[in-house]
This record gives sequence, C-alpha cells and structure tokens, in this order.
Amino acid sequence: MIVAEQKSLEEMKALISDAEKVLVLGCGTCVTVCFAGGEKETMIASSSLRMATKLDGKDIKIEHATVQRQCEWEYLDQVADQIKDADVVLSLGCGIGVQAIVERFPESWVVPGLNTTFLGLPSEQGVWVERCAACGECVLDITGGICPIARCSKSLMNGPCGGSEDGHCEIDKDVECAWQLIYDRLAAKGKLDSILKLQPPKDWSSSRDGGPRKIVRPDLRFINEELEE
Amino acid sequence: MENEKKEYLSGSSLERILRAGYFAVTGELGPPQNANPEVVRKKAKVLKGNCDAVNITDNQTAIVRMSSIGAGILAEQEGLEPIIQMTCRDRNRLAIQSDLLGAYALGMRNLLCLTGDHQAFGNHPTSKNVFDIDSLQLVKAVADMRDEKKFMSGDEFKSSEPRFLVGAAAAPFADPLDFRPYRLAKKIEAGANFIQTQLVYDLDAFEIYMKKVRELGLHEKAYILAGVGPLKSPMMAKYMKNNVPGILVPDELIERMTEAGAEWKGKKKKDMTKEEKRARSKAWKAEGIKICIDLVKDMQKIEGIAGVHIMAIEWESAVKEIVEGAGLYPRPVVEA
Ligand code: SF4
Ligand code: SF4
Repeated sequence: MIVAEQKSLEEMKALISDAEKVLVLGCGTCVTVCFAGGEKETMIASSSLRMATKLDGKDIKIEHATVQRQCEWEYLDQVADQIKDADVVLSLGCGIGVQAIVERFPESWVVPGLNTTFLGLPSEQGVWVERCAACGECVLDITGGICPIARCSKSLMNGPCGGSEDGHCEIDKDVECAWQLIYDRLAAKGKLDSILKLQPPKDWSSSRDGGPRKIVRPDLRFINEELEE
Repeated sequence: MENEKKEYLSGSSLERILRAGYFAVTGELGPPQNANPEVVRKKAKVLKGNCDAVNITDNQTAIVRMSSIGAGILAEQEGLEPIIQMTCRDRNRLAIQSDLLGAYALGMRNLLCLTGDHQAFGNHPTSKNVFDIDSLQLVKAVADMRDEKKFMSGDEFKSSEPRFLVGAAAAPFADPLDFRPYRLAKKIEAGANFIQTQLVYDLDAFEIYMKKVRELGLHEKAYILAGVGPLKSPMMAKYMKNNVPGILVPDELIERMTEAGAEWKGKKKKDMTKEEKRARSKAWKAEGIKICIDLVKDMQKIEGIAGVHIMAIEWESAVKEIVEGAGLYPRPVVEA
C-alpha cells in the first residue's frame, strides 16, 4: 500500500488560509489503512481546522467528505458538486489523489494535506515500513524476496557494503541491513549461489530515471473499444 | 600473479613494485575542506619516499573536500604517486567514466573503487545520492575500459583507453562475516588487481579470514594490502572497537595503550596542565606507533599479504616512523 503521513495542523492551516470555503477530502483506500486520510482522520482534521481557524479569528467554512478511491475519477465524480463549490480542496489522499482531482476538476485549487512517503506495509501496531521503490524491473527473485533497491540505503545490487553490523545498516542502528536479511534468507534456503554471481549495473530506465512512466495494455484497450462499439 | 613477461596493466609505480614482489606500502592523504593547494603539497612532502603510493580520498565520510583527482594531481606534482579513490555516491555512470578519462589524461594510473559512505554521515545530509552502480560494478567497468577497450555502454574506444590499476576495498570483519571472503572473491572476479582492507588490529581474526582467502585462491589473483593504522589514545581504540562497523580491537591492545599512559592514571583531564596532557598524548602516540609497527611486521609473515595500507589521516608524519620501524625503508624503486 501507499503509506503517507499528515502534515501538521499549522501547515494545513497555512494551506487554506486564503479560502472562504474548504473541502477536506479523504480517501478510503491506502491512506485509510495507514490512518492518515481515511474517513475518521478526515473528520478529525476538518474539525481541528475549524476550531483552529476560528481561534485565529477567521471565518472559514470547512466541510469534509471521503471517497472510496481518490485516484480514480469515477469516485471523484460522486462528490463533484462539493469539489466545485469549495475555493480550496485540502486532499487527505496521497499525491496521486491530489493530482487526480486537479486533472478531473481543473478549475479547482487543490492542496496536499499529506506527505506521501513510501510503498510499504504495517509491520506492527502503529509502525509502517518501506518495501518497494517501484523500480520497474523487479529483482526479488535474485535476492530471496527482500528488496535491495528500497531496503538497502545505497540500493546495492552486490551488497552488503562494509557498513553492515549486527544486522543493522551503517546509517542508523534502527535500520535493518537489507543485505544481512538477504544473506540470512538465502543461506537458510541453500540458495547463496544467487548472490555469488556479479550482478550487472541495473537498467534504471524502467525506474523514475527513465522519465514519467506509463503502462499501455493493448489487450485491455481493445476490449474497451469493442465494448464501446 | 600475472606472468612476468606480460605487459604492465597500468605501468604505475605501485604496480611495478607489487609485480617485482616487494612488500608494498600505501598511505592515505585526505584533501582539505578548501581550495588551498599548499595543504596537499605539504602532506605530500611528508609522505613522499615513505610509501609507494597514497590514496586520495573522495569526499571522505560524505564531507565536501577538494576533489580526489584535483588533489591527486597536486600529489603527483610533488613526486608522490596517487591512488584516486572514486565512490559511487556522488556520480552516475556518465560522470564516473568522464572523470576517469580526465584523470588518466592527467597522469593518474591507480584507482580505488568504493561504494562510498552514505551522505547521512556528512555535512550535506539533505542531498540526493546517486548509487547508479555499486563498487563491484565500478571495478568491472574500469577493468573493461582497460582490457576490453569498452565503455559501460558497450561502445568501443577507437584509441587511448584509460589503463588503470584497479583497486577495491575489503572489510574482513564486517557482517555477515561468513560472506566477506566471497564478496572479496566477487570483487577480484570483477577485475580488482589490488585490494586494501579495512583497519586490522585483531591478527587472530585476520588469520582466519586470510585462511579462507587462500583456500579460495584469491591471493594469487590480486595483491592484498592489509590495512593498518596507529592508535592515538586508548579512547580512540575503544571508540573504534565499539562504534566503527567492521573494526575489531583486541582488549590486549587497549590495555597496551592504557598502560602507556599509566603515569597519569586516575588524573582527570580538567585537573591536568597543558604540559601533562601533551606528555600523555605523546606517550600514547608512541605506543600507538609501536603497536602499528608490530602489526606491519606480523603482516609480512602472513601468506598472501602483498603489502600494507597505512591509514594515518591528519597524522601523516606517523607513516615514516612506522615504515622505518618495520624495516621497510627505504622504499624500492622499480624502473619501468
Ligand atoms: S526490485 Fe524494484 S519492483 Fe521489486 S520490490 Fe524492489 S523496488 Fe519494487
Ligand atoms: S549497511 Fe546494509 S543496508 Fe546499509 S547500505 Fe550497507 S548493505 Fe545497504
């Protein structure tokens, strides 16, 4: 899932300071499960903003709503009136949600209430960890299902570097060394051969370095066109 | 090692000394955090004649300093052969290759390929890192430029390919410990001609590592230089033992260092006069150098060790004492 964190109340207040009518718009998918922008967080954020702006002596009308998925236009259309009615939409969706609103409602002014942080999973109560950097050419087969791109601080393909100690990474004792994890898992599975081979430089063109990415599926497009006929 | 009759790979004086079978000595020169050439020249003068070549660090610990190539040229002008360090942290494959062409054109002949410390350590922690390739891929790239006459893209050199002696680092005591000899094997397979290890203080642990290295036949494929360095104080020894990944300092050496300052035992730093502090530091440093000399002597007895890499950054004068103390002075000259 996409993991995000709320901006501080101060920051959110600044983002809506010029508005008269604000819509705080949550999202029911990833940011709901990471407790950053679901229905509950959206409600709390809007009432906090209402109180805080009132205390500042401002009269801003703040409404809230939550759609099932902010990153798909059909769900946004369900709240089209509220979006159009607000001078500022404060999105509590991820960065994709913000942009989906902007694209669907170009007349509206949309600002981000979250910092979209990574692709990851909840590892324990209240803790989320990064697992994938969407590099576009998955190498998890080589590394035993542990991602060296997202989880090694230097994205090494031929790790571990000399900074690995007692299972943690050189950058921080709280960061696990991905290559220690890879080594342990492959050793346990009797598959160390896989990392004894020199891995060539990675092709980063499938990653962000190749420019904004796009996937086109002719098979699906074809079916759609048929259906439209 | 390469067949005696074969042409030199780079022709650097380090290569000639290693090939001739002398026990090599390399040192380290840290460029300044400014643009003053005199700092480099001064250090080079201190090191010249006491070691065969010196590593010029590349933004060491992610702190911005004069570039390793720039400082390397200054060292070369002083008659001290540089080993250019190149990390993968600050440059992508385009920048790395073009810098290598420039460095070679300016007379640099030795290159040490490193991954690089993470920028979180340094003075620009908010910067973006590169890590387009890693140190092993860099080793292969530099070796391929020389041996296959090819860029990383596969494009061929029509002429004048850079011909570096390719070096890499090894961390014998970093985790996962069992994997370390194999990672060294990977580096040598990728094309490393010489290896410099992280600081070694624990000879017993190093012997175990070297035994595995010999079993894998790695000492016959590359020249392995053991990393050594003088301890400055018992505090420094303890700090390294507890805080620097991959460095083992036996208690026995910490005791030797503590013992050297026994005259001032129990005295708090704030109660000591300047002279006392200076005298204590001198006593510690003298012991640190003695320990280092012992280590260098022991390294000469280990099968598969072709030399030592003395790390005494900001204490360059120690190198001379160590080299002389270990009976490795004067340094040999091997004509091209
Ligand atoms: S290798 Fe790439 S795609 Fe696979 S998990 Fe890692 S970042 Fe994601
Ligand atoms: S210590 Fe481990 S995780 Fe950290 S940079 Fe080195 S190999 Fe990667």
